Amino acid sequence: MTRAKTLHFLQNYAVLILIALLVAALTLLSDSFLTGRNLLNILNQNAPLAIMASAMTLVIIVGGFDLSVGAIFAMGSVTSAWLAVNVNPFLGLALAPFVGLALGYANGIAITALRVHSFLATIATALIFKGIAVALSDGRLISARIDDFTWLGRGKFLGVFNSVWVMVLFALVLTFLLTRTTFGRKLFAVGGNEEAAILSGIRTNRVKIAAFAIAGFAAGLASIITTSRVALGQATAGDGMELQAIAAVILGGTSIYGGQGAVWRSLAGVFLLALVNNGFNILGIDPFFRDLTMGLIILAAVGISALGQRR
Amino acid sequence: MSTDALLSVRGIGVRFGDVEVLSGVDLDIRPGEIHGLIGENGAGKSTLGKVLGGYYRATSGKITVSGQLQSSWDTPAALANGVAIMHQELQLVPALTVAQNVFLGLEENFNGILRGTEAARLETLMQQSGLRLDPNARTSSLTIAEQQKIEILRALARQSRVIVMDEPTASLSKSEIDQLHRIMRNLRDEGRSVIYVTHFLNDILEVTDRITVLRNGEKVHTRDTAGETRETLVSAMLGGEKMDTLYPPKNRDHGEVVLSVRDLISPNGTQVDRLEIRAGEIVGLAGLVGAGRSEIARAIIGADPSTGTVEVAGRVLTRRSIADATEAGIVMVPEDRRGQGLVMSLPVRANISLPHLRALSSGGVMAKARERALALGLIKQLDVRPAIIDGDVSNYSGGNQQKVLIGKWLAGDPRVLILDEPSRGVDVGARETIHREIGRLAGQGVAILVISSEIEEVLGLATRVFLVDRGRLVDEIDPDRVSEAQVLAALFNHQGMGDAAE
Repeated sequence: MTRAKTLHFLQNYAVLILIALLVAALTLLSDSFLTGRNLLNILNQNAPLAIMASAMTLVIIVGGFDLSVGAIFAMGSVTSAWLAVNVNPFLGLALAPFVGLALGYANGIAITALRVHSFLATIATALIFKGIAVALSDGRLISARIDDFTWLGRGKFLGVFNSVWVMVLFALVLTFLLTRTTFGRKLFAVGGNEEAAILSGIRTNRVKIAAFAIAGFAAGLASIITTSRVALGQATAGDGMELQAIAAVILGGTSIYGGQGAVWRSLAGVFLLALVNNGFNILGIDPFFRDLTMGLIILAAVGISALGQRR
Repeated sequence: MSTDALLSVRGIGVRFGDVEVLSGVDLDIRPGEIHGLIGENGAGKSTLGKVLGGYYRATSGKITVSGQLQSSWDTPAALANGVAIMHQELQLVPALTVAQNVFLGLEENFNGILRGTEAARLETLMQQSGLRLDPNARTSSLTIAEQQKIEILRALARQSRVIVMDEPTASLSKSEIDQLHRIMRNLRDEGRSVIYVTHFLNDILEVTDRITVLRNGEKVHTRDTAGETRETLVSAMLGGEKMDTLYPPKNRDHGEVVLSVRDLISPNGTQVDRLEIRAGEIVGLAGLVGAGRSEIARAIIGADPSTGTVEVAGRVLTRRSIADATEAGIVMVPEDRRGQGLVMSLPVRANISLPHLRALSSGGVMAKARERALALGLIKQLDVRPAIIDGDVSNYSGGNQQKVLIGKWLAGDPRVLILDEPSRGVDVGARETIHREIGRLAGQGVAILVISSEIEEVLGLATRVFLVDRGRLVDEIDPDRVSEAQVLAALFNHQGMGDAAE
């Protein structure tokens, strides 16, 4: 039994073990890795993706996929920068997450009303959102070099980047939602066995809509961090982030079939990929090998956890 | 052992988890016979048919084809040996044409490039067999009866000598059934064998040459059809003596009417004019498989759309959703534990609390201590083993999963409890615990509706029993005055009347 338990432990915490190994290796190989500055930079750079992956966890637990969060990110980028330039910088920062919430809500409505798989529905809505973002920005970059706008992405609080605070706070809120509230329980139940959830009197459509709305909100939140950091709104921002977020969630060990998972896993997934990236940079290895290595790591981690799943 | 048997099995046993579905079955299928398999609900006739067709794997026993012992027996092996199976749910590719489905996997090709000869080949096959279909029709546009012909043609295309038909008439009209019987006779006259699994006694008496009767997963006997009648078959299916299970004493102290159903009609055939259950009363529904028992329950709690009125304790349910039914205190323990009942990825505690999240939370935050206390109380009350609050329910035995499922619905103190197959696939001990709990709840004044394919269970628990046929309550009986054999005979009679009416 102990061997089986060891194996189970390894599978359950594969992502943490990989992170530990990578940190150990990079510390030995480079003096510049284990410095506060470098680590803080990694967190700062990956905060937007981590926010999106945290919320994507909820969507995947409830049994869905959201391929539109990249496009919602683009909408957030364009609207926040436009509002910052034309109306008020603070309004731009405050409103973009709620634009994301509305778009995510629309996703949820489309999925439940049309009864199509979220995978398909969000491919379509992604194109729509992206199209609107391009139309709004007229295909141009919106420069927003305003201090009242850039403080969020560039500033620090207590020596730590604001973005990192936002990420930590958001992940904690989602963890609380998932593990301590009736809403979280419903997410697990709907993803684990929708029929049983329906027969238990749960209004499963509402639960799904809420999960997608949260994913939309997160994409909007992530977008204002990036947009205010680079002081630039653009419709191409967020391209491919939906796939990175999904990869991070799965890499962390959340079940792709729904019904199982945790927010911390997705954060771990994001930072495992970030560490690989960082390792390539500080060791000065040919970036040609970067995608190859990342692909192999994802395949390995997903393979290990698949061994443990009985389904 | 008869040497002339085409397909014979010895000592076949099948276990699903800890439940023995078939044990020690011997059977010989002769060339050129129509062989009926019959038995009560759950007797194992369908399982045996699937084992013969290679779809289920036997846990024990031997299979011989034309005297050759088979080392492994799965669908490809069965097909290679000329044994094909026609499933109750047909296994066709809806988007392909008739001809493409018939020759699926047997397409003539030149280095992998299709030659498109299927339609022409089908033409010859149809001429030989006398079965007619449009070769180029899309399968999804055909009726069930026509799709069955495709399955039969498919078996013929593979030179099958034995065709297993599992409940083929379930969704056919009378004339389609007659047509299928003609096809069966033709197949037999060509020297092929048909294994006919069904619970329609008239059909089996009409068309088969020999009949094998199963009871509780064991073979009773195989006899020539010529000497059998409805009565002899029913008595063989039930057996002379029945094991006496102890049921809890019946509560006869009934209160006010709690559940009142009027003119309930649903699109899938339910038509209940009137059904009332009083506080403390257990009402049973008995019927054959496919009689629409579960559909009645689903219509009552609002799982399927329906028209009509459902009243709980004098209050008419207006919205007719499951959430509202649950709030009004009417709950259902569904029949399919894995598919509809439990969330296997959640622990025991979370499964029990699932319908009661609102009561177990404040401001949307789960009250963990209360949730654990509730789960622990029910685990003890129902004797769930292992008695672990956060136990992994997917690893529990069928009986203990069922206890968790029932416990889940007891937590909210329901006023009306509907139990659909409360003891399917559970061991004797769990069965007794479940029956004891049902009796105890009735004693506390809960109105209970029990649905079971085991007539004996319905008779043992209920004080009033309705016979169900085609979604209707056709007869009310007093379970204390009627025997199981009488109920079964009555059910078959209603079925016969239905046939005649068509």
